[in-house]
Amino acid sequence: MTDDDRVFRALADPTRRHLLDRLFERDGRTLTELESELEMTRFGVMKHLRVLEEAGLVVTRRQGREKLHYLNPVPIRLIHDRWIDKYRERQVSALADLKSELEDTA
Amino acid sequence: MTTMTEQATQVYAVFIRATPEQVWDAITKPEFTTKYFHGTKIESTFEPGTPYLSVAGSDTVVDGEILESDPPRTLKHTWRALWDPETAAEPHSRVTWEIEPQEGGVTKLTVTHDQLEAAPKTAESVAGGWEYVLSGLKTVLETGEPLSTQGM
Repeated sequence: MTDDDRVFRALADPTRRHLLDRLFERDGRTLTELESELEMTRFGVMKHLRVLEEAGLVVTRRQGREKLHYLNPVPIRLIHDRWIDKYRERQVSALADLKSELEDTA
Repeated sequence: MTTMTEQATQVYAVFIRATPEQVWDAITKPEFTTKYFHGTKIESTFEPGTPYLSVAGSDTVVDGEILESDPPRTLKHTWRALWDPETAAEPHSRVTWEIEPQEGGVTKLTVTHDQLEAAPKTAESVAGGWEYVLSGLKTVLETGEPLSTQGM
């Protein structure tokens, strides 16, 4: 599996996207905090967090006895650069072409 | 759309197809940093207690002090953003670069920017910046070319 495959697979699940949104709102949370906001067993949440960690979307840090989960936006940035920018560029140039065509015929 | 609240600790990580030594060079050599760190040159001898500077033309945009240097594994330094009078007025925060070899010729680079409790403007300003810097660093090491959007 490539890095991109892991990220797309991790993002293809609504619970995992929800976990990322929770971390986006407030970063550096424990499993217990994240679990309290989901209708899911602790093990279910752990499993989802592991998939997110393997995809690099979540990074964990130990602080004393606690393990804190941090959202890592870098893989999303890389997907953006690779998959979104490229297609948006074409869209933008299509709009630019349309504009010049309309203005030429006006 | 909610906005991200400023975080006193921010963690960013990227997997790079390069050796730990190459990643270390990319962090510590100005010929690399100009290609991905908003065009800035790093200036430091990397001896603990000496300055860490990030320079754009004649302007110093970041200043700090080297706290720990263990090539090619760990670099830790303080950080103050001088590009904005509001961030420049805040106390120094801390940046830690950790380089860990993984299987298959891949190296994991983790940047932890912490001690930002007393520097909320800096926390806000660097959020979003680090992901851009790290994705740029990955691109430079893997392709030898800077990102096409560099400088935007």
